[in-house]
Amino acid sequence: MTTPRLGLDQAAATVPVEDTRVPDGRRSWGSRLVRGVVVLLLLAFSVLFMYPFVWLVSASLKPREQVFDNRLVPENPTLANYVSVWQEAPMLLWIGNTVLVTVLAAVAVTISSAMVAWGFAYYRFRGRNLLFGLVLASMMLPGAVTMIPVFLIWNSLGQIDTLTPLWAGNLFGSAFYIFLLRQFFLGLPREIFEAARVDGAGHWTMFWRLAIPLCRPALVVTLIFEFQAAWTDLMRPLIYLRDSTNYTIPRGLKALLDRYGFGGEWHWEIIVTASVITTVPMIILFFLAQRHFVSGIATTGSKG
Amino acid sequence: MTVQDGRRGVAVPTHGTAPLQEVARRRWPWPGRSRPRPRVNRGDWKPALLFLLPWIVGFAVFTAWPVFYTAYLSLTDYDVINAPTFVGLDNYERLVQDAGARRAMGNTLFYTALQVPLYVLFSLFLALLLNQAGRASGFFRTVFFLPNMTPPVATGVLLLLLFNGQDGLVNEVLGWFGINGPAWTTDPQWVKPGLILMSLLSVGGSVIILLAALRNVPQELYDAAMVDGAGFWRRTWSVTVPMISGPLFFVIIVNTIAALQSFTEAYTAFFGVGTSTYSNDAAEFYAIHIFREAFEFLRMGYASALAWLLFVVIMIITAIQVVVSKRFVFYEGENR
Repeated sequence: MTTPRLGLDQAAATVPVEDTRVPDGRRSWGSRLVRGVVVLLLLAFSVLFMYPFVWLVSASLKPREQVFDNRLVPENPTLANYVSVWQEAPMLLWIGNTVLVTVLAAVAVTISSAMVAWGFAYYRFRGRNLLFGLVLASMMLPGAVTMIPVFLIWNSLGQIDTLTPLWAGNLFGSAFYIFLLRQFFLGLPREIFEAARVDGAGHWTMFWRLAIPLCRPALVVTLIFEFQAAWTDLMRPLIYLRDSTNYTIPRGLKALLDRYGFGGEWHWEIIVTASVITTVPMIILFFLAQRHFVSGIATTGSKG
Repeated sequence: MTVQDGRRGVAVPTHGTAPLQEVARRRWPWPGRSRPRPRVNRGDWKPALLFLLPWIVGFAVFTAWPVFYTAYLSLTDYDVINAPTFVGLDNYERLVQDAGARRAMGNTLFYTALQVPLYVLFSLFLALLLNQAGRASGFFRTVFFLPNMTPPVATGVLLLLLFNGQDGLVNEVLGWFGINGPAWTTDPQWVKPGLILMSLLSVGGSVIILLAALRNVPQELYDAAMVDGAGFWRRTWSVTVPMISGPLFFVIIVNTIAALQSFTEAYTAFFGVGTSTYSNDAAEFYAIHIFREAFEFLRMGYASALAWLLFVVIMIITAIQVVVSKRFVFYEGENR
């Protein structure tokens, strides 16, 4: 697979997708009608997309008997469910574990992937295309194939039931982010680096003090994507964590579902409230980093 | 300095000599070595190695070795506690006879075959709408992406709540139209449709990719088509779809691979500690089957064989998609 060297126009793709086709002032009644129908349809879909979350939050404020009453505004809103979740489960501990894992995972994968991407983008050496082909190929490998041996590695290192396996693998870069960041590095004008070399900058200086600051938008995208991936991951916590004090939030939510759902009598109010607690940090992240999400995703697909 | 890349018709930056001297005259903020040393960096293995080392180590330890080791494990009996014992092709023989594996593969293929087309068509539909929405599209884009932020575990919980057969919201809404909704979460026939419908909420990412592609279609093409008398559908089919076929294909491939490996939502909603009381064959996807064989029943050797089969299936399906797409995907600049 050959990857074309991309020009500066690639960097322009990081700009968030904005409306390029501004309405041209005068419009015919026909096109206004079309526009009106389109907006109405979009509004209908928006309600469909938002409703589950509004419903979830509202349900978490209702007592157990009323969780399913499908009334959007609770009759007597109460925070009692939050108190009882806090008493039933070590929520604060789980949140702390999750924050620790996600921050380490995101920082580790960003720095290591940037290093590797830089190595592929700037240096020319024999076998480069072959190696990069391996990077791309490893993207296609399903996780199930490596799952068991990777578990055995962490097992033999005595890291089962610790948080290490959830993030330490990220220290070695990840194919998808290497690919993404390499595209950005290739978009930087090479003259800058050649000039730095002439001025006596070492390889590390060039990377750390020139390349890294210049591709900050791409690094932010990587950080956010990995943060989301690590926060929402369930499978690895299921594999690696045993003791409930080590759980991350999604693993904890699953445990609560097992205990207060499948385990016997359904305590929906606890499960609903824990779901809200699991989801809210992601929603906050989304609103803080909304533009980066959009630009990052728009860029990933453009290569086809 | 840029140079015109004739083949692709785009400007590509080069490292010409004139601007090099220009930039080199500026002072850089870091303490430089006393004497500038111009160097050509062809064949720069050593410094490159410094940067590539993390990946080389990671690839060897976490990808290359595991791939060979699962291949080996698939020929053994292994329960983590005792050393693996070689059993030849027994695991594969068992795989062929294992009704559970067959059911799981069937579930997965059924889900993928239904979910991917629906998912892609729905994202394309929303992207086309957004493309017509003008200034309002920014707001809607945000709204449509929001469900992507829900952790899949929470989506699993939501599935159980909204699609609850007795008092779930979905059936209540269906009731308004006089439809008696099915027991989505308990009736084996309706479990996968429920999962598919729930998954449609997370089309946001694909919508953004397709919308970005739509925005890149040159307006002139539409104008020309209009002059030629092409109506809306004709323009969509003959201009829009070919012009975004690259990203469209990307969305299809990525979602197919993801669908073949789906795990979390179905596992959350239908499997748990009390599996014996709440196991649901209809929701047991192949990835769930592998996970349970490996980590619940500790049959690592057999699970490795299962994993290899998944790998082969994914490769075959992706290869078919690539071959088929060669006829439909149009890359700009290819035929210029």
